[in-house]
Formats: sequence, structure tokens, C-alpha cells
Amino acid sequence: MNMLSEVDVEKKLYPAPDQPKAKMKGDNVSVFYGAKQALFGVSLDVPEKMVTALIGPSGCGKSTFLRCLNRMNDTISICRVTGNITLDNRDIYDPKIDVVQLRARIGMVFQKPNPFPKSIFENVAYGPRIHGLVKDKHHLDEIVEKSLQRAGLFTEVKDRLHESGTGLSGGQQQRLCIARAIAVSPEVILMDEPCSALDPIATAKVEELIDELRENYTIVIVTHSMQQAARVSQRTAMFHLGNIVEVGDTEMMFTSPTEKRTQDYITGRFG
Amino acid sequence: MTDIASTNDIPVTDTPRDALVKKRYRAERRFKFYGIAAIVLTALFLSVVLLDVLFKGIPAFSEYRLDLKVVADQALLDPQKTGDRTTLLAGNYDKIIRDALAAQFPDVTTRADRRALNGLLSSGAADDFRRMVSNNPSLVGQELTVPVLLSDDADQFLKGYQTNEIVLKGTGTLTQTLNGDAYALRSSGDDFGKAFQEIQAFLFQRLDRLHTEIARLEKTLQGMEGDAAESLRGQVDTYKAEAETLNARISDANTAIELDDKLPSLLVNVNGGTIKATQISPAGVDGTKLITPKSAEPASPGSWSILTLVTPESNRRVQDQAATWLEQLKASGTIERGFATRFFTSGDSREPELAGIRGALIGTLWTLAVTLILCLPLGVGAAIYLEEFAPKNRLTEVIEININNLAAVPSIVFGLLGLAMFLNFFDLPRSAPLVGGLVLALLVMPTIIIASRAALRSVPPSIKEAALGVGASHQQAIFHHVLPLAMPGIMTGTIIGMAHALGETAPLLMIGMVAFIVDIPGGITDASTVLPVQIYLWSDLPEVAFQAKTAAAILVLLVFLFVMNAAAIMLRRRFERRW
Repeated sequence: MNMLSEVDVEKKLYPAPDQPKAKMKGDNVSVFYGAKQALFGVSLDVPEKMVTALIGPSGCGKSTFLRCLNRMNDTISICRVTGNITLDNRDIYDPKIDVVQLRARIGMVFQKPNPFPKSIFENVAYGPRIHGLVKDKHHLDEIVEKSLQRAGLFTEVKDRLHESGTGLSGGQQQRLCIARAIAVSPEVILMDEPCSALDPIATAKVEELIDELRENYTIVIVTHSMQQAARVSQRTAMFHLGNIVEVGDTEMMFTSPTEKRTQDYITGRFG
Repeated sequence: MTDIASTNDIPVTDTPRDALVKKRYRAERRFKFYGIAAIVLTALFLSVVLLDVLFKGIPAFSEYRLDLKVVADQALLDPQKTGDRTTLLAGNYDKIIRDALAAQFPDVTTRADRRALNGLLSSGAADDFRRMVSNNPSLVGQELTVPVLLSDDADQFLKGYQTNEIVLKGTGTLTQTLNGDAYALRSSGDDFGKAFQEIQAFLFQRLDRLHTEIARLEKTLQGMEGDAAESLRGQVDTYKAEAETLNARISDANTAIELDDKLPSLLVNVNGGTIKATQISPAGVDGTKLITPKSAEPASPGSWSILTLVTPESNRRVQDQAATWLEQLKASGTIERGFATRFFTSGDSREPELAGIRGALIGTLWTLAVTLILCLPLGVGAAIYLEEFAPKNRLTEVIEININNLAAVPSIVFGLLGLAMFLNFFDLPRSAPLVGGLVLALLVMPTIIIASRAALRSVPPSIKEAALGVGASHQQAIFHHVLPLAMPGIMTGTIIGMAHALGETAPLLMIGMVAFIVDIPGGITDASTVLPVQIYLWSDLPEVAFQAKTAAAILVLLVFLFVMNAAAIMLRRRFERRW
């Protein structure tokens, strides 16, 4: 609880603007897996250059919503999405939108660290390379170094860039995945429980990193940890049974939630 | 936290529950025992088969050769002195070799004897000589020692497959008396007494067998009527007469026994010659010469010997005369046993000593190459499409089920399909590796598709998601990340499929790859055969030497299979769980 108060102090020093610009907007989003409905008309704005935390008990649809934001649900054949999701006021489910380009703008970090079984360098270089973002070898080296630096991993791995990415520790692997995501210069980064497979020290490092990334990126993070949501996010959305129960500034949510369910959940009475 | 002991309410007493536990353990032990028994039994059968093939096959990897001193006679090889390779290849090498061999046996004068002597040599005996001289024309006119291949019968005799040999060293002084053509040999020791007893024992054995046979037939005869009984009775009478004669021959321990070709042969080696016994008594033998002794002097103890060839001459392919020649050549040290490189360098032949597996081996490689080139891209492509891209609907489900069904179709059906489609409809060449490869590709494709799909499925989806997450297209994600990770599994499946194809015989019989083909195929449209079919062909031939060749070819096939399976295992070990 000590850390929470620190974050609170920080938030008082840098208060979020009252009317943040919405980078992404979800409007009346419903998701069906075959006949089963997982989301029931959810609407949520994702403010720019802030961390939005999605919390809620298991199976409440928060990961499903996250995966809608970069159309990751497209890979599941039985999944159907209705409603409207926009990125910079442009519908991302518009047939004219190229999903590959979209995912370059909206990066994703997964629950389990999943580096490619290739070298650390190749892991980071893969995205820029397939998107044609590099001019030459030197430029690629630069991008990889910068991405690793931003992910706070460079000093740890600079002597073994050409060793396998799977040989790193769990926390390092996750930061490598973040470096891989930011190497293609996305505007939004989606994180699906990025710390659930990590120990507390690695978690702290990743959280620190998320806080730093907020300066340049819009971040949406799904988490099961109330403390984590409180520590890293500015906005929080509480999901329950496929609906949003409450959305608001994190500080508000954790101090004076309006909904009883939110209060029960964050105080650990259910979930 | 409650106390552990208190949660354990199962009392440790001899209650029914205790009996239940015991029963449970018994069941487990029984299951373990069944498992071990099954494994032991399998291992036993496998090792019996392997050892049998090994013992039968290993002799085929060696051959007996005669190192013959010859003169590469200009007049016979190159009378015009052209030095031309074509002329040299056409030279009469056989005559040189035959003359050189005959020169070693001055006794051999008649045409019949010469033919018998030449019978020791393979019909390809001059091949090595011809190759030597044609590759190096300067050898013409020189005296050379050339390796001369022996015939399969001679080879089998020297390897000990025709008869057991017993050598008795003479313990007394042997005297010879020549009476016309007949030799009378007498020893001062009891050497012939022993040999006489052996022959007697042999006759007793035969008498025993006759009696058993007569008893059996008479039992069958009881209650039998008509013509069949009549002819059977005649048979019994013949046997009875034979038994009568036999009885007379062995009634007296001292009467001489006539040695015919149904008895073991006794050959007496004395003074550089060999006498074949025609009659034996405890005192000595009377016989005819096979090789004339160099002198008629009495031979001292130990300098002469009695060689018994246990298998009667009528049951052997190498007659006593030929056997004597071979023994003499062996004694003179000019016969050597060497590795049969021929087995790996020549094609099929009607002569066992000349037959090799090169043709079948190359045919196999061509066939498998065609199979692999067709199967791998198509199979893997189909697997990727079905696993990653195809919509999941009724149609793909039907396709999926039918691929599994296809893997279970008997291979002969694919052979018939190949015959109908590739040979009759597309008019492709018969017996060709191209068609064999096509048919085997049909056979292996389902295996590869199934294995590849399993390998693709075993790649964690997180890898694909990671690639999609950084904006790779579906195809990029699969080809850059999923496929490389699935490759070891795909290769393993492919190798196992190819090993399956390597051992396949039935479908290839249907498309004519079962022909007798001497030439080594130079391409995929040349007529050829494959290893398993070669094994099948050889196993059918009457010559005894081909049995060894069959086993040897099986060994080569097994080595191939083991190597392929080992490669599959290595691939799996090396690349498994890299994420």
C-alpha cells in the first residue's frame, strides 16, 4: 500500500487534464464467440498519452475488448464483433482499413512473454523490417538500439544481442516484447496482463517502464492486480460480465467508486 | 492448519479397505509385468529375425577369388597391336584364364574334365582381368597375377555351405599299390578303421530311417484299398528290399563297404595327390585317383590325411572331383577370401556371384527423389492451407477425413491406380522410377500432410500472435515464424514417410518395377527396380547363393531404414522445444 500512496503523490504533482483527447473510442461494442455473447454493448474512450487500465474478474470480457482494439479477434474464426471502434476518429473495422497497417499503429504485448525463438536483435528488428521502416543496416541497428533503450533493456543485453531471445529471464523477455512492440513506432500499445507471469521485481521494472512510455504512447493495460492498476494507470474501467460497470480517473475509482460492485471488487470482496 | 494425522481417517488395520489397497497394488504390478513381458517378447522376435538375417547375409559380403598367374597374350588380346581400348575390351580373356587354370592340373586332359574345371570359375571370371588390361594397355604381353572370381557353387563350397568336412590325419604309414587304374591304400595304423565305423554309423542311420518310413507307410496302408493302396504297397516293398540290401552291407563288421554317391565321400590326400575311396574295409580303401600322387612311395604318419565330405555327393552341387581341385588350390594358397565390392558396384545378374544391388540402390534413390520432390512441397503446402487458411466448414472437414482415410488405403490400390492412370492413360514409361515415385508420392502424401499439420498445430499460438501483434500479415506470421518452428516435426514426418516408401513393394510390382534389369538406371525414365523389389526377386530364385544375397540386400535396406529413422530422431532431439 506504500507504493500506492507514492503514485498518488505523483498524480497530484502531474494531474491529468480534465478533458483528455480520446485516441480510441469504443462505441456500443458487442462481441460474440459463436452463439455466446462475451461483450454487451460496451462503450469506452481511450485517452491519448495516458494509461487506461481495464480491471474486472476473470471472464468479464476485458481481454476480449482489448483484442478488439487491434482486431486481434479476427484470427478467431467464430468471433464476431459489432459496434464501432475508432482510432483517431477512423473506424478500424472499416473494410477499407488494412489490418496489417492497423496493427503496426496499435502494438500489443501479451500475457505470457512470447519472444520469437530468434536472436534478441532479430526479435526487435522483425517489425521494422516487414514494414519497410528501415533504410539500411545502420538505420536498423539504430532502431533496435533505441527500442531496447526505451524498453530499459539495452544495458542488460547489449553484449548479447545475437543470442536467443528465449534465453532471457521472464521479466527481460517481457521487456523485449515491449521493445519489439515499440520498434514499429505504434501510437497505441495494448498490454494483456503483461506482468501476470513475472515475479515482483520484474513486475516493478515493467511498471516503471509503462510509466515512462506514457509520455509517448497511449497505453491500454488489462490487469488482475488492483495495486498495479492503481500504480500505473490514470484511467480505469471496471468490467463485469461483459459490461462496463464504471469508468473514471483511477484515483477516483480507488478512493470513491460510485458503484458498489466496483468497491466490492477493489476491496477484494469478490473476483 | 489442521493436523495431518487427524485428516488421515484411513486406519492401518487389516480391514476390507486394506485388502482393497493390496488389490490395487497387485493390479499395478500385474500391469507392469504384462508390459515387460510384451517388450521382452517383441525384443526376442526382433532379435531372432535380425540375427537370422545377419548370419545369412554376412557371407554374401565376401567372395572367394583365385589369384591366377597369367600372361596377357598379345595374340589373343590384340593381334593387330592397336593398343586400342575397344579392341582390348573384345579380347579373349576367358581362354587365357582357362588355360592358366588347366596348366595347374596336368591330369585334366579330357574335354569333360576341362569343362568341369572351367565350371569352378564364374562366367564373369575374366571381368577383372579385362578391366585391368583395357585400362592399362601397357600390360599386354606381360605376366600378371589377376583375381579370378569363382562360381557360386565353388564359393558356397569354400564357405562351407555345401558339406561339412572332417579331416583325419594319418597315424600309420600309408602304402599304395596300383592295380590298373585302381589304387589300393593300406595304413599301418587304425586310420581306416575309424573311417569305416563312421560310414557304418551312417548306414545304420539310414537303415533306421528306412524302418521308420516303412512302419509309417504300413500304418497308412491299414484299411486302405484300391489302386492307391497298391502303389503304396509297391513303395513299401521297394523300401523293404533296400533295407534288406543295407542290412547285408553292414551285417559283418569286417566286410568291405562299397561307397556310392549316397554315402559320404572319403578322399585320401597322399603325396600331393588325391584318391577317392570306392570301397572301404577296416584294413584300408580301394579307390580311383582324382589327382595323381606325385610318387608311389609309402607316406609317413602325419604326411597324409583322410578328408571326409559328409554330405553325399548326390546331394551336393560340387562333385568330388571339383572339390578336390578346390582343396588343392586352397592348399596352394592361391585362393583368397575378400570383400565383395561387386555386391555394391554391379547390377542384377542371373549368376549369383556377379549379382549386385547397385541397380536397385540407384533405382531406389531416383524413385525416392521423385517422391520427395513431389511430396514435400505439395504435402506441406496442403497442410499449411488446411491448418491455417482454409475455412472450417463441411467441405474442409470432408477433405480432412479423407486425407486420414487415404493414409489407411492398402498400398496395392495405389499401385493399381498408378497402372491405370500413369501407365495406361498418361502413357508414361513402364518400370521407371518416375512412375514409381509418383505412386509412392500418393502413398506418402497423407502421412506428410498429417505429420505437418500436427507439427504446425504444436507451435504455440503465442508465436503467431506475437508476429500478428507487430503487424505481420497472416502469411508472414506463418512463413516467418510458425513454419520454421514446425520444420523439425515436418521433417520427422517426411523422413518417416520416406522410410515407409523405401520399404514399399506391392505398388511397384503393379507398375512393372519387378522386371529383371541388369543396367544401372541413369535417370528417372530408365527401367529400374528398387531394393525391396530386388529382395523379392532374389528370394524367389532357386540358387542357394541367392539366399545369402537376399539376406544381404535386406541388411542394406535395414541399414538405410535405420539411418533414416536415426536422422528423424536426431532432428527431433535437436530442435524440439526451442521456444
